[in-house]
Amino acid sequence: MRIIKSEEISNAVKNLIIHSSVNLPEDTYNGLKTAFEREISEQGKTVLSKILLNAEIAKNESKPLCQDTGLAVFFVEIGKEVSVKGKNLTDAINEGTRSGYSEGFLRKSTCDPLSRKNVGDNTPAIIHYEFTDGEKIKIMYAAKGGGSENMSALRMMRPSDGKDGIIEFAVETMRSAGPNPCPPNIVGIGIGGNFERSAILAKKSLFRKLNKPNADPELAEMEKIIFEKINNIGTGPMGFGGVCTVLGVHITKEPCHIASMPVALNVECHSHRHSEIII
Amino acid sequence: MDPIKITAPLDDDIILNLKTGDDVLISGTIYTARDAAHSRLVKLIEENKPLPFELKGQIIYYVGPTPEKPGEVIGSAGPTTSYRMDKYAPILMERGLKGMIGKGKRSAEVKEAMKKYKAVYFGAIGGAGALISKTITSSKVIAYEDLMSEAVRKLTVVDFPAIVVNDVYGGDLYEEGREKYKDKFNK
Repeated sequence: MRIIKSEEISNAVKNLIIHSSVNLPEDTYNGLKTAFEREISEQGKTVLSKILLNAEIAKNESKPLCQDTGLAVFFVEIGKEVSVKGKNLTDAINEGTRSGYSEGFLRKSTCDPLSRKNVGDNTPAIIHYEFTDGEKIKIMYAAKGGGSENMSALRMMRPSDGKDGIIEFAVETMRSAGPNPCPPNIVGIGIGGNFERSAILAKKSLFRKLNKPNADPELAEMEKIIFEKINNIGTGPMGFGGVCTVLGVHITKEPCHIASMPVALNVECHSHRHSEIII
Repeated sequence: MDPIKITAPLDDDIILNLKTGDDVLISGTIYTARDAAHSRLVKLIEENKPLPFELKGQIIYYVGPTPEKPGEVIGSAGPTTSYRMDKYAPILMERGLKGMIGKGKRSAEVKEAMKKYKAVYFGAIGGAGALISKTITSSKVIAYEDLMSEAVRKLTVVDFPAIVVNDVYGGDLYEEGREKYKDKFNK
């Protein structure tokens, strides 16, 4: 059994958070560049060029890409041959979150849902665990902003709604979101599982690298159709009109109940900050 | 077309000249407020108590910046989504507010109030907080420090870039833009 000290986990989490807040990942940057070349609206092109310029400034001056440095969301894969010594893994990740948001001068955005009083240290992080083979721990992190998260939706569809129903749900959700979630967006869709599982699948879909093809040809075809339909809505960069409303559509599916077809759609903004580390 | 340079606070002459789709560069003094601060401002109005700043002619920027590092004027400071302030915006316009900067759609009530009270809604680029912060030359918390990033700040801005989304004539860039580029992808 391999032993990892909890301090090592906390430190890695802190560094992931600080690094992600100022460095736009390569796949996101390239996606935005492709959108800039494809966009036909002059205003849309201007917006995209400023978003790309913002990424340069953020990197060069170590200044957060966006003031909404998000809730800290983690997908963690734990090998069966590894154990954490010291704090438990959840506490270690929250400790790293606390120090990352503090030492990185990032905005603390967690608050009580009713009193709205700020928690003050951006905890608790949202953590999803999976167990795998091996002796490593893989930590995937995303800074998830509120503006795009608010435009997300979940529907318990009828099995008879079929693929066409799912496509329509996705397009209508993005039509109704319009300029609000900072387009061009990335859309994560989870199909199947149950109520909560579909939402987790939708979120996890966002972690797939942009433009990495879906291994399932049926889902790849659905992604292509939804991508084109959303870009034909006309919303465009920041909603000022244009043909680049989404940078990518990522679908994941899992078996579900014979009576159900849960579909969740998680919207991500163009400031798609995600990174991972294997310890 | 070159951007239109305007200076805040705004008067009606400036407002009436602005049209949906115009690029503007805003200079002068503006104030920040998000949900929590709006809720407090409106409560003060309802209780006939004085506000922390005079609303007449002012622009409110919907923003909650990141904490500034030592030596910085302000942290990253891009717009937040505006519809959350829709509930509070009409009463502020009634009291003299002339401009709002944010991102995303406004309600029918807010758009009506903009026509009625002669006010304009500007869209800024969401997710460009590092870029936008360069146009902010001073920042001072003037109220509600306990709200942390949501405190009310008085900002001095120089050539802050924005675009007129809703003008006083009922124009709406989000609707017009979408109509123009509908079904144009891959054509």
